[in-house]
Amino acid sequence: MSTLRIVWLYPDLLSTYGDRGNLLVLAHRARTRGIDVEPMQVRSDQRIPHTADMYLIGGGEDGPQAVAAERLLDDGALNRAAEAGKPILAICAGYQLLGESFYANGRAYAGLNILDLRSDRGPSRAVGEIAGDAAPQLGIGPITGFENHGGRTHLGEAVQPLARVTAGVGNDGATEGAWAGHVIGTYMHGPALSRNPRIADLLLAWAVGTDPAHLPPIDDTWPERLRAERFQAVTAAQ
Amino acid sequence: MSANLTPRAKFATTLLRTAAALSRATGRGDGSVIGGRVGLIVEPRLLELLAEGRHVVLISGTNGKTTTTRFTTAAIEAIGKVATNSFGANMPTGHTTALAKAPKAEYAALECDEHYLGQLLDAASPKVVALLNLSRDQLDRAMEVTALAAKWRQTLQASAAQTTVVANADDPLIVWAASVCQRVVWVAAGQSWTADSAICPNCGSHLDRFGEFWRCTNCGLNRPSPQWSVAQQGEAVVGPDGRRYELNLQLPGRVNRANAATALAIASLFGVDPAQAAPRLSEVASVAGRYAKVEREGRHLRLLLAKNPAGWLESFDMIDPNPPVVLSLNAREVDGFDTSWIYDVDFTSLAGRKVVVTGDRRTDLAVRLEVDGVDFLVVDDIRAAIAAVPPGPVEVVANYTAFQDIRAEFNRVN
Ligand SMILES: [Zn+2]
Repeated sequence: MSTLRIVWLYPDLLSTYGDRGNLLVLAHRARTRGIDVEPMQVRSDQRIPHTADMYLIGGGEDGPQAVAAERLLDDGALNRAAEAGKPILAICAGYQLLGESFYANGRAYAGLNILDLRSDRGPSRAVGEIAGDAAPQLGIGPITGFENHGGRTHLGEAVQPLARVTAGVGNDGATEGAWAGHVIGTYMHGPALSRNPRIADLLLAWAVGTDPAHLPPIDDTWPERLRAERFQAVTAAQ
Repeated sequence: MSANLTPRAKFATTLLRTAAALSRATGRGDGSVIGGRVGLIVEPRLLELLAEGRHVVLISGTNGKTTTTRFTTAAIEAIGKVATNSFGANMPTGHTTALAKAPKAEYAALECDEHYLGQLLDAASPKVVALLNLSRDQLDRAMEVTALAAKWRQTLQASAAQTTVVANADDPLIVWAASVCQRVVWVAAGQSWTADSAICPNCGSHLDRFGEFWRCTNCGLNRPSPQWSVAQQGEAVVGPDGRRYELNLQLPGRVNRANAATALAIASLFGVDPAQAAPRLSEVASVAGRYAKVEREGRHLRLLLAKNPAGWLESFDMIDPNPPVVLSLNAREVDGFDTSWIYDVDFTSLAGRKVVVTGDRRTDLAVRLEVDGVDFLVVDDIRAAIAAVPPGPVEVVANYTAFQDIRAEFNRVN
């Protein structure tokens, strides 16, 4: 592969909590390993390129989420990317809209049906640190992030939870996020990959068609220190 | 003014001053909030009564309101006494205290929290309202900022016709909110964070930008021609008739020249000659510790407060190109517990200089800087940061509680 093209979808609608961070982390980790990266920001009034190698979609409020889902359905490129096995990382509102349906502005909207799940409203807003033990077959270690959402997500048969919750709420207080094939969705909002570099590496490995273990190692002293701090903060609060 | 106060309002004012003085004497802060609270319990209409008969300006926006209020006060003091909430107590309790403490002031320059603007418009019947900018911060995320602009628009539409609005022509949210007013003076005050106004607040279509000009592709909302602007060359403000008013500010950066332009626009509405007001702005050396210069062991620190992405970008624009930079980040309750927003800030302009990071969440900053390819050194606190840089000038950028921690290290420098 010559250049890794990473598309960040709809920053004009879905970029509420430093969502750009995931694009920056992926580009940094790829370039450190000598992989060229072409980051591409695609606005909601532009066509989505279907030749990209990876797609990112972020979080946002109800109104923009509903508009984003409608435009993504019209465009069709994200569904085709999922069918083609391209890695997709979806955060919070972006995660919800990959499902069969989601709630916004007080009613249900059709999602993209890329992930077998549906979302509705929870009894209260989930705000705070979230941590969990990730699905072992992903090899990404425990997860750590910050969540801020009012939705609850119910997983169907065709997806696996990304993690079992050890702190925070996630999907429903028991599980957090979902994955199937090369698609990962999570309630860890904004720059989730900055605290979970092994998820970043998993996405990169999928994009270049290798095993994460075959990626050249990176000095992760600082991300590991940050992870340790956040896990410790969560434990101290419990 | 206070000569016309009812006995109850006079009593409330006395109690307010006593409570504020007690609070100061017992070291619980400057007493603005507690004093105002006591006064408003005794006389709920106290703010309204104290404001009556004075010429009031309200100054609001996400960033720059404390500094602009200070500049405005300095400018209007050219013609009379000014009551002002200089301690940053920018809610009605603080406004009440500011007015009670200056019974003889004919003018009032009040910094106003964005969420209290409507209430203040009712209570203070201002002659002028200045609207600086709206962007995301810890409490108001992107879409909530648009909702706030909508609320302002509604309030301003209902407000008295004698109010003149001084508004930032470069911020689409501000323009949309202010454009319902009959009398608007537009200032080209700049916009350092455009991501919250990619979408037209009026119709939801995309905004097109060409240089400083912007317009909606659908409904035609666009940048009004400003009457006041910051000079392209040199340090000056250009007024409505094209006349230049030279500035010699102690406060750094284009953003403070823009704050000066807004202050001069306000002052001229109060009948102050801008040529007389402009030199007075040079007397402002720091604002509640912001921009303060302190010295320790040969290190000359300049303290910059930056609470949100726009504020950090403004700071990076202000700092001198060569000295080492200390960055300090906390995530306590008033800062917001979430540090995600640091990924909304581009740190690449710091690459190649000495960067020292500290604060409760220094590790978050370390990871952030690594991603942007900026070399850094992590230290435990401001003392260690000072020890880590050579003698000479040092720029310090910190978010709210991190800034207060550093101020405390220097005897709460003002
Ligand atoms: Zn429009």
